[in-house]
Amino acid sequence: MNLLSGMWQWLTDPTNWTGTGAIPARMLEHVAYSGVVMLVAVLVAVPLGLLVGHTGRGAGVVIGVSGALRALPTLGLLTLFSLLMGLGLVPPLLALVILAVPPILTATYAGVAEVDPAVKDAAKAQGMTPGQVLGHVEVPLALPVAMGGIRNAALQVIATATVAAYINLGGLGRYLIDGLAVRDYSRMLGSVLLVAVLALAADAVLAALQRAVSSPGIRTSPTEK
Amino acid sequence: MTWLPENLDLLLRLTGTHLFQSVLPVVLGLLISVPLARMASGSRWLRPVTINGAALLYTIPSLTLFVVLPVILGTRITSITNVIVALTVYVIAILVRSCTDAFESVDPAVLQAATAMGYTRTQRFWAVELPLAVPVMLAGVRTALVANISMVSVGAVIGVQSLGTLFTDGLRRSIAEEILVGVVVTVVLAVLLDQVLRLAGLFLTRWQRPGRVDTRTRLAATGGAA
Repeated sequence: MNLLSGMWQWLTDPTNWTGTGAIPARMLEHVAYSGVVMLVAVLVAVPLGLLVGHTGRGAGVVIGVSGALRALPTLGLLTLFSLLMGLGLVPPLLALVILAVPPILTATYAGVAEVDPAVKDAAKAQGMTPGQVLGHVEVPLALPVAMGGIRNAALQVIATATVAAYINLGGLGRYLIDGLAVRDYSRMLGSVLLVAVLALAADAVLAALQRAVSSPGIRTSPTEK
Repeated sequence: MTWLPENLDLLLRLTGTHLFQSVLPVVLGLLISVPLARMASGSRWLRPVTINGAALLYTIPSLTLFVVLPVILGTRITSITNVIVALTVYVIAILVRSCTDAFESVDPAVLQAATAMGYTRTQRFWAVELPLAVPVMLAGVRTALVANISMVSVGAVIGVQSLGTLFTDGLRRSIAEEILVGVVVTVVLAVLLDQVLRLAGLFLTRWQRPGRVDTRTRLAATGGAA
C-alpha cells in the first residue's frame, strides 16, 4: 500500500525530526498540553469526588453535572473560549479540562461510594477519626476505580488535544490540520500513529503508577481492569 | 441576539443532519456489537481479543478517523459516510465491552431454567437472555449516544456539515452567539435523546418495575382481571 509507505517515508524523513515544528518538538507540546490539562483536572475532580463519596451529599448533583459536561462538544467550547478570551493557551486547555473532569469525578466518587460500609464501620469501631477513615480506608480502596477514570480521561485528552491545532496552536494536531490543508495524507497518517503511540505510552505509565500506588492489601483484587 | 432569528432554517437543517449522523452509528454499532459480544462472553480467547481491541480503537482521535477513512473507503473527504463509519467504530468500541458485561450479568440459573422448560437455544436467546441483558446494555448505548452527539461536531473541521459547522463558521466570522447556539442545541439534543433511551429502557424492562408488574401477576394468579 503506497499510503502506508508514504506514512513510513514521512515518519523516517530525517528533516521531520530536527528543528522547530519537528516531530520531537510537536510531541513535547502535545505531552505538555495533556499533562497540564490532566494535572488541573485531577486537582479539581479528585478532591470533589472524594468529598462527595465520603459524605454521600450531592451525589445526584455530581452525576447530573458530569453527565451534562460530557455532552458539551469540545470543539464548540474551544471555538467559543478562543473567541471570548482571545488566542493563547488558556482557551484550549480550559476546554480540555472540561472534557477530562467528568470521567475522573464520577470514577472517584464511585470508587469511594462503593467501599463496603462494614469496612468503614470497622475502621470507625477501631477508633479512627473521619479523616483517618478517608485517608487510610476509603482512598486506598477507591484508588483502582479512580485510576481507571484518570486513565480514561488521559486517553480522551491526548486524542482530543489534536483539535487545539485548529486554533493555531501546536501539538501533533498541527500535522493533521496542516496536512489536511494541502491534502498530504502521509503527514496526516503519520501524526495519527504518533498520537496513538503517545496514548498507549501514557496509558502504560498510568497503569504502572496505579500498580505502584495500590495498597498491597488490594493488589490481587479483580477490580483492576 | 441577531444571529438566531435570521438563521433558524440553517439551525433546523444542521440539527437534522447532526441527529442523523449521531443516531445511525449507534444503530449500526449495536447490530455489530451484540452478536460479537454474545460470542465473546464466556469465551476464553475471544473475550480478551474483543475487549482489548475495542479499548485500542477508542484511542484513535476522531479527527484522525474522519481524515483517514476517505482514503480507505474511497469517499470524498466531506462525505457524511466518513463520519458515520468513524462513529460506528467508536460505538463498537464502547458497546462491545458493555454488551459483553451485559450478557455475563445474566444469571446462569435463569438460562438453565429456560432450557429445562424446553426453550431451544434460539428461543432462549431472544426470549430470556437478550431481554435480561438490556439494562446493562442500555447503559452502554446511552454513553455511546451522548459521546456521539458531542463528537459529530468535530466533522465540521474537515467540512462535513453538522451543528459543528456553527462552531467553525462562528469562529471564522467572530459570532459568539452562533457558537453558543450550537453548544446549547447540542447539549439539549444529548439530554433529550438520553431521556428517550431511558424511557425506552423502562419500556423494555417492564418486569423490573416492582409495583405494577407485581400486582398484575398477582391478579392474574388469583384469576382476577389485570
